[in-house]
Amino acid sequence: MNMMKNKLNDLELKKIEEEKKNYEDNKSISIEALKIVQSSRGWVSDELITEISKILNISESQLEEIATFYSQIYRKPVGYNIIKYCDSVVCYMMGSDNIKCKLENILKIKIGQTTNDNKFTLLPISCLGNCDKAPVIMINNKTYSNIKISYIPILLEKY
Amino acid sequence: MNHIIKYPETHPLTWRLDTINKNPIWINEYHKKNGYSALKFMLNNMTPKDVINLVKDSELRGRGGAGFYTGIKWSLMPKKNNIPRYLLCNADEMEPGTYKDRLLLEQLPHQLLEGMIISGFAIEATMAYIFLRGEYISAENNLKKAIIEAENCGYLGRNILGSDFTFKIVLHTGAGRYICGEETALINSLEGKRANPRIKPPFPAIVGLWGKPTCVNNVETLSNIPAIVLNGSNWYKKISLSKDRGTKLMGFSGRVNNPGVWEVPFGISARELLEDYAKGMKKGFRLKAWQPGGAGTDFLTEKNLDVKMDFDSISKVGSRFGTGIAMAVDHTVNIVSLVLNLEKFFSRESCGLCTPCREGLPWIVKILQSFEDGFAQNEDINILEDLCVQLGPGKTVCAHAPGAMEPLQSAIKLFRSEFEQCIRKNSFSNIEMINKKNMFKLNL
Repeated sequence: MNMMKNKLNDLELKKIEEEKKNYEDNKSISIEALKIVQSSRGWVSDELITEISKILNISESQLEEIATFYSQIYRKPVGYNIIKYCDSVVCYMMGSDNIKCKLENILKIKIGQTTNDNKFTLLPISCLGNCDKAPVIMINNKTYSNIKISYIPILLEKY
Repeated sequence: MNHIIKYPETHPLTWRLDTINKNPIWINEYHKKNGYSALKFMLNNMTPKDVINLVKDSELRGRGGAGFYTGIKWSLMPKKNNIPRYLLCNADEMEPGTYKDRLLLEQLPHQLLEGMIISGFAIEATMAYIFLRGEYISAENNLKKAIIEAENCGYLGRNILGSDFTFKIVLHTGAGRYICGEETALINSLEGKRANPRIKPPFPAIVGLWGKPTCVNNVETLSNIPAIVLNGSNWYKKISLSKDRGTKLMGFSGRVNNPGVWEVPFGISARELLEDYAKGMKKGFRLKAWQPGGAGTDFLTEKNLDVKMDFDSISKVGSRFGTGIAMAVDHTVNIVSLVLNLEKFFSRESCGLCTPCREGLPWIVKILQSFEDGFAQNEDINILEDLCVQLGPGKTVCAHAPGAMEPLQSAIKLFRSEFEQCIRKNSFSNIEMINKKNMFKLNL
């Protein structure tokens, strides 16, 4: 079972191969390959870094350099759902600190942590480009705008 | 303002928008609204040189923030040889306070694609990448669908509409980091490297993606191209109220009654934007300061509200037009805390390449935090002012650090007393309070 977890599956391999035809150089697929692997597993383990680097024929350190630079690639386990609250300037003025506190209180975790039941990870994110509807949070792939503190418990129940 | 009737001649960027349901304009609707007719006209009547000259004549300036003339940028591409060349669309919108490209990407994907195909023809590229921010999920889905629609209609691929022009667009999504929006950092990121900016020269037009000639244009810039091809450069020059040509997506956010983004001619006043479009400040809130075009632009005050919204006029009053999406700061906001928030952002997003930026920004955050906590020293204001110079233009490879200094230097200039008040609070009792707070934290 553990062996499977540390290998790329057929679908992932197919998707990565698919990407190769769009670029002059395999290195360009690094980010996309990491995202493909992360999309089903939540995060990218050391073993998977090795696996991906083999497929792309680049060194592990080159891939690690990418994986640790970009903020949306996770090199540590994360919860099943990822809550990103926008902490940039407009959301800040419109009360993102209160939203952060409310989330921390409900989930009983601090920024960067995962709940005990592994359901949620809380992370900050830079401006989500929805400033006319601030404050904004993003849960997984969905963006929620004009957030009020009172909405938060109801919103979290959906997940 | 919803009651404004939009005509193709007055609102070239947004007249096709579905203002009621806010649905994306897919290919059938786009065809009905004159879509891809600029591409057809160009393929039948123009050479690449003609397109470049037309865009040069139109005096279109880049909409990403720097305002470089698009036609001139295109003409810097070397003469056609057998080496491949690339068009890159910069859709990595992440400037805090900016939300204009999102609208164009999500709701008018075909307008962008048409603009890209025409631009690709002009610079004689056969391949283009849209570098899209990873967090823009709906934009990603809509662009994917639009690219397939365009391919099925023969607007993309081999021998477009029977001509000998071949062009392919690939959608590339990122994985975070603000710096990817800097054009050379974007190229590095696309090559699968850390998004560190490159030293210029050589400019991307000569040595760009994979060392090949490359042109990087912003989403809004490219979306302007089809209308210029259809209506000509004279029309384009006439629709603006100032020296900067054409229309621009401008907006206002913050505690205003109607925050949003609108297509307006260059040269309307900031007051008009704030009062007529954004419907003024919310009841009980006064305007304290505003940033004209994103987090990396100097603060202005109410005194500057009658300034024309264009590149030259805004720089004359001491700021930068930037992305043109303004942000209102109301009287309840403490300027020190606000600048601390901005500098935390810039500090977090520094790529770490240049020492002044990598070391200076966290230092600034630390100092500003001490202001907010009430134990800043008198000389700290001077240190901040000194850092504004040390991190200013010319000290780093890219404009990240200088951009970060603009809100800081202007905040100290305009609201020095608020910084000084933080120092005056610095008394024995205050230090005692902080110590207690820290002890409390430890006990927890």
